[in-house]
Amino acid sequence: MTADGPISKGSLDVSAHRRDGEVLLEVHDLVKHFPVKRGLLFDREVDRIRAVDGVSFTVNRGETLGLVGESGSGKSTLCRAVLQLTRPTSGSVRFEGREIAGLSRRAMRPLRRQLQMIFQDPYASLNPRKRIGQIVGDPLRLQGVASGGELRRQVRELLDRVGLSPEHHDRFPHEFSGGQRQRIGIARALALRPKLILADEPVSALDVSIRAQIVNLLDDLQDELGLTYVFVAHDIGVVRHVADRIAVMHEGRIVEEGPADRVCEQPRDAYTKTLLAAVPIPDPREARARRQTVGSD
Amino acid sequence: MSEALLSVRDLRVGFVTEGGLLQAVDGISFDLAAGEVLAIVGESGSGKSVTAQTMLGLTRSTNARIEGWASYRGTELLEADDAAIRDIRGERIAMVFQDPMTSFNPVYRIGAQIGEAIRAHRRDVSKDEARERAVELLDAVGIPGAERRVDSYPHELSGGMRQRAMIAMALALDPEVLIADEPTTALDVTVQAQILRLLERLNRERGLATILITHDLGVVAETADRVLVMYAGRVVEQGTLDEIFYDPQHPYTWGLLGSLTRLDRERPERLPQIEGTPPSLLDLPPGCSFRPRCPHEFEKCSELPGLEARLPEAPGRRDRCWLDPADKRERRQ
Repeated sequence: MTADGPISKGSLDVSAHRRDGEVLLEVHDLVKHFPVKRGLLFDREVDRIRAVDGVSFTVNRGETLGLVGESGSGKSTLCRAVLQLTRPTSGSVRFEGREIAGLSRRAMRPLRRQLQMIFQDPYASLNPRKRIGQIVGDPLRLQGVASGGELRRQVRELLDRVGLSPEHHDRFPHEFSGGQRQRIGIARALALRPKLILADEPVSALDVSIRAQIVNLLDDLQDELGLTYVFVAHDIGVVRHVADRIAVMHEGRIVEEGPADRVCEQPRDAYTKTLLAAVPIPDPREARARRQTVGSD
Repeated sequence: MSEALLSVRDLRVGFVTEGGLLQAVDGISFDLAAGEVLAIVGESGSGKSVTAQTMLGLTRSTNARIEGWASYRGTELLEADDAAIRDIRGERIAMVFQDPMTSFNPVYRIGAQIGEAIRAHRRDVSKDEARERAVELLDAVGIPGAERRVDSYPHELSGGMRQRAMIAMALALDPEVLIADEPTTALDVTVQAQILRLLERLNRERGLATILITHDLGVVAETADRVLVMYAGRVVEQGTLDEIFYDPQHPYTWGLLGSLTRLDRERPERLPQIEGTPPSLLDLPPGCSFRPRCPHEFEKCSELPGLEARLPEAPGRRDRCWLDPADKRERRQ
């Protein structure tokens, strides 16, 4: 494992993290099964739900891996198993070459700074009783990175970075729109200058006119901070826009993986083809043409 | 053009709140003809759902301020008494919502609920007949094994099957108009495609007139004949499907169309975005509501533009934008 370059204190410039191309995250044959138990006195395992069933992929520094799948495909469970928020049944997760699968909560704690998550629902993922400054500053305070005036300064810088103004510092989550809340969630995820961000459906709950803003913000932050993303979504159009590579998940497995444009333009797997054919085309003439070639049911 | 089944004129819906009068819908007018699919497009808070709910008497309350006029085949809807509106709702105009889980009662079987919906309006239908009709309906909306599924509880069906069952219930009394409020938003794309095909088939085979309420322009492109685009409680433009997509007149529509991610195009370096956020309905900017976010705004925009025909070659089109149409075409590029 290589040591990180010096990070100037209080600065968000983490370009020293950037060594594009080298493997940051390596997941090998990851399995997460949920036992289905039944029994009167003693629970007997009668079946298992194979939420993640032998998934392997790598993510290189500075790139975005798009993970596409429909509900029940196992993509959210996969995220949780990668971050050790749920203990994998078997398999390996290596972050910067170090095995993290099965690490205890305690052993994971120092790594949490480097692996952050952005959630789908900016309404449910922010504590309604805390002010924005506190929500964004908590990771810094809890990890002992900053306190007092320095904490305030860093929080202001984070808010600015995600397009919020300093006067938002003392407001509560309910005072913000969905898009602004997602910005708060992003600021919180950035606070500890993570190397990898797993974004689980970060724009699907947002209004259409706001989606592009958040997609572009994530794009800009990646360029500025040398971030690596795993971008999880059901919307293959959005994923194709943000991702360098796309992995398509279906029934707990990755059925196809490759460069984003290749997967969308020349899909090889039957399920990927079905998925692509189902995406509505926002162009009436082309939609009509496709309906004619496919034929109505 | 055939005669309108449903007509709405200058409908305004406000709600008295602690923060003042919230004008959720500020003057919407349209006609819906038999067999037609009208899409109402907008984001949350644009007024698209409130419009539909108000037509069916679902927003009536002491704090609601409803003005204007809406009629179904000549029967006034806004002032109709509760019994009259109940007869129309369900029987003549049916509604399908985004989340079928909340529309079904979880403790009753699907078939019993559809049967109940029928018997509530048709007293002469026996329980057995109602059940038989439920099976037919489930079959008609493409639920495999309808004979068995009729005895399922809502939670035993997948999201897509539940939405089909919801549509079956909406069709139970053979309505002329279906109002579908974000009918596919909670569904996976592969299931969405099936539901859209089903709605299209019902429209084609039964001549079911449909109001499709959605935020998704992809869904609109696949289904609609005409489109109303709403922003902050007002219609900002209306026209035929092709007019809206190929010659949009309002900068908000340009922004919406521009920010779509399209699989059939090369991906742009950067996604075009609309700056800012929609205004609070309690604190609308004076003049055009889109002005604070509009890259094309000028002095005139401090005055609210009416929803008017501004294109001599397309008298059916309406928009709320002061820009000169020729100038618009240039700016849109």
